[in-house]
Amino acid sequence: MVKELFSSLGVDCNILELDQVDDGASVQEVLSEITNQRTVPNIFVNKVHVGGCDRTFQAHQSGLLQKLLQEDPAYDYDLIVIGGGSGGLSCAQEAAALGRRVMVLDLVVPSPQGTSWVKHNWETMTEAIQKHVGSLNWSYRRALREKAVAYVNSYGEFVEHHKIKATDGKGQETYYTAAKFVIATGERPRYLGIQGDKEYCITSDDLFSLPYCPGATLVVGASSVALECAGFLAGLGLEVTVMVRSQLLRGFDQEMAEKVASSMQQIGVRFLRKFVPVEVQQLERGSPGKLKVVAKSTEGTEMIEGLYNTVLLAIGRDSCTKKIGLEKIGVKVNEKTGKIPVNDVEQSSVPYVYAVGDVVEGKPELTPVAVQAGRLLARRLFGGRLEKCDYINAPTVVFTPLEYGCCGYAEEKAVEVYRKENLEVYHTLFWPLEWTVACRDSNTCYAKIICSKFDNDRVIGFHVLGPKAGEITQGFAAAMKCGLTKQLLDDTIGIHPTCAQDDVGVTFRMWFLRAELQYRQLSVNSCRFLPVGRCSPPWRSRSPRGWTSCRRAAEAKPLLSRSLSRCRFCEDDVLSGKPGDSVGARRRDSSSAVHPPG
Amino acid sequence: MHQAALLGGMIHDASHYGWKVAQPPHDWRKMAEAVQNHVKSLNWGHRVQLQDRKVKYFNFKASFVNPHMVCGVSKGGEETLLSADHIVIATGGRPRYPTHIEGALEYGITSDDIFWLKESPGKTLVVGASYVALECAGFLTGLGLDTTVMIRSVPLRAFDQQMASLVTEHMAVHGTRILRGCTPLRVERLSDGRLQVTWVDLASDKKDTGTFDTVLWAVGRVPETRGLNLEKAGVRTNPNTQKILVDAQEATSVPHIYAIGDVAEGRPELTPTAIMAGRLLAQRLCSRSSDLMDYDNVPTTVFTPLEYGCVGLSEEEAVARHGEERVEVYHAYYKPLEFVVPERDASQCYIKMVCLREPPQLVLGLHFLGPNAGEVTQGFALGIKCGASYQQVMRTVGIHPTCAEEVAKLRISKRSGLDPTVTGC
Repeated sequence: MVKELFSSLGVDCNILELDQVDDGASVQEVLSEITNQRTVPNIFVNKVHVGGCDRTFQAHQSGLLQKLLQEDPAYDYDLIVIGGGSGGLSCAQEAAALGRRVMVLDLVVPSPQGTSWVKHNWETMTEAIQKHVGSLNWSYRRALREKAVAYVNSYGEFVEHHKIKATDGKGQETYYTAAKFVIATGERPRYLGIQGDKEYCITSDDLFSLPYCPGATLVVGASSVALECAGFLAGLGLEVTVMVRSQLLRGFDQEMAEKVASSMQQIGVRFLRKFVPVEVQQLERGSPGKLKVVAKSTEGTEMIEGLYNTVLLAIGRDSCTKKIGLEKIGVKVNEKTGKIPVNDVEQSSVPYVYAVGDVVEGKPELTPVAVQAGRLLARRLFGGRLEKCDYINAPTVVFTPLEYGCCGYAEEKAVEVYRKENLEVYHTLFWPLEWTVACRDSNTCYAKIICSKFDNDRVIGFHVLGPKAGEITQGFAAAMKCGLTKQLLDDTIGIHPTCAQDDVGVTFRMWFLRAELQYRQLSVNSCRFLPVGRCSPPWRSRSPRGWTSCRRAAEAKPLLSRSLSRCRFCEDDVLSGKPGDSVGARRRDSSSAVHPPG
Repeated sequence: MHQAALLGGMIHDASHYGWKVAQPPHDWRKMAEAVQNHVKSLNWGHRVQLQDRKVKYFNFKASFVNPHMVCGVSKGGEETLLSADHIVIATGGRPRYPTHIEGALEYGITSDDIFWLKESPGKTLVVGASYVALECAGFLTGLGLDTTVMIRSVPLRAFDQQMASLVTEHMAVHGTRILRGCTPLRVERLSDGRLQVTWVDLASDKKDTGTFDTVLWAVGRVPETRGLNLEKAGVRTNPNTQKILVDAQEATSVPHIYAIGDVAEGRPELTPTAIMAGRLLAQRLCSRSSDLMDYDNVPTTVFTPLEYGCVGLSEEEAVARHGEERVEVYHAYYKPLEFVVPERDASQCYIKMVCLREPPQLVLGLHFLGPNAGEVTQGFALGIKCGASYQQVMRTVGIHPTCAEEVAKLRISKRSGLDPTVTGC
């Protein structure tokens, strides 16, 4: 156990196994004389006797062990962090707060278009945005200065063990050494590798500092970056097309991903599914200019062409691990992805080199995750703490025009891990109050929770598509961390909107209906014959302990019973032969299952 | 209407984001019509739902004849006698008119009326310090109307007082005139049809007058128990509040008669609480379960221009219950990202989490002041129901960028005396 502790701290140990040497017993005698301890393990650090297993762990907890290990005057710094992003800064600041000598090496290499994202310039909006980004950068630098962290605007790369070369913007080189290193270099947008991509296409790095409006835009990609950019460009009134090679929002719940896409289609975003660009030509220069994109179908030989003012590539991000000398010191890197595999304490294959943030393999690529990981890493290395970063149940939100927030498992993943029969999925459509008066659609906003039957119906996945999904999801994520179950959800009272008389407020509440996993359909209009959203609220049949199945909700749909033949608001005669279903046909025996249409 | 007012603010912000808009005027009539239609449709929806469940709905005014019998009087005056095994009283409350103030009844309106006004209320005096008063004053100000709030003693009495004062501070900074420590004496109508209100400043005893188009009373609500003839059934009420006394089963002093919602004594006057209590009661009556309603940790939100969401104990309550030494309060002033570009003032955007000091530091209460407070608070209310500790909340990774993530980043305690302003991201 102690061996593992030292290994995780990146400390080289000299291990003498007393049962494997001839004079083991005599050694034990001598040890007992000098240390008053007969048992093993018996641990010495830098010639200081620490004790056995318990004492060593205690020393680790209290920080004493760190102090003993810190006798490294051979190094310039206790810690060098390569990369000044979220993960890097958080780690550096925490370590500095714990009294260590820390350096951060940070240099943003300009994108092929020439914009390092810190420069700014683009009409009123980008000017305001860049002002904000600038003030953030300034406050980061100040925070580092206040904690006496050496911030160096240079490109760092390893030259040998424990030593890096820092090259500044002018090409001047300086060398630094440190006991420990953290790689937090993050990622940069990937290019397609086709003709014209680097010359004529932009990436998200460039978008926020573009000095002119991008005009009609083709967004290539299906990541959250792609959809978010496409979404806000469309919201600003631009003509937007999204070209998707295969899946949308890979890694996310696919039912939710499709709903996100259809909500974007509702605001005019055009999707070209199953195509990849093969060439980008410039037809006209300008701000913006005119570009022609030739694309090929992934399912056949079809070729299409399109004309756009701007082509925005958002096909993924590549880790910045290629040119930082990792091979010189033997840090293992995934050849294909460029990411660094680490263990559960963020340690790479080289014990004194750690990695946090987007550059790490297999972890969610999110700012707060990097911040948390960086902070906890610093505490473990220098603060005597043991807490590891919990990557499970890291909530995330896709900021498309209609936001999608989630925490925990996607439904497909849950089915894969837990098996369908061990899961229960509860879902609902909901109609935000602010949409009612505005006559927006009542069948778009959607939420579902995935519960593990084995585990007391514990909520293992939460998904919501609706306004302010981020604000909503945060609290649920905290609740999931505390072991939220379906029962507790039921027992918690919602923060509510309307009461017929005092209609003052609005917010979102979760209404849950039990649904057999295979019966997913749920429609909500009470006045079925009205244009959606015009008059009636969606059916919120909040189920009590004896859960109403979604079948009941479907039955309840033509809620206007026989004695009320006219809808009060639309004056439609709801019982007479309207095309489609009649009231009677929809009613079913409650014991039979409802099959989803189609 | 709160949403209508918020949208006005967003239109103003839009120009900072590059939208070329002039601030348009607000059409009260159009908004009122839309709101009224929505409320009517809700009523309609409820009626239809009852029909479908085969619940007999009578449009009668009911009162007790004896413990098992109720007399219902229709609009036409016809009486019907109905008897039942179990009876549930859920008559709710109505806004109170301060009838001791001359002219209050004749010239003032209440929240019942404000949403049904066909014309804009114009320059309005809102009397009261409840959330109803502040919410109404808030959205009226947001719609561009000259609004004054008159508070006799403290705003939002039942809420955390630090938060309450931040709420009113925000309103004052954003154009609502707040008169503290004043109470009206009389309301008179002037020859031009406007209303003249005379009030007294309780501290200095000085009188003052003001002219308004509308006076809105939001001075509390009374339970609807007077016309019920409760004595005929033997149901007891609290003589001070006139609310019906109930036990944990929602039963009144008569075993088969129950009371839920605003009419019951000691219950939070909130819609979802009534809904849940009603549902659980029905299940118990039908022997489907024996679960009782849990009134602890009910989350709520005050929909003032800057919204205030809360769940659990206020700081004062926590200190009163556990003692100051055993309570730790973590807090932060933060700036919502959506305030940055339009350069909105975020001085009152504030969060505090009240916890026990002893590890693992159980969360006793959470208070959030900022945009979308309801959305933020709901999930954390679930967490508190699960017995969340401060450690667990801190271990929850934040969602970036949101306001809610600031809850999971609360590090500064009041006790430390350090500056709780969040910097950077």
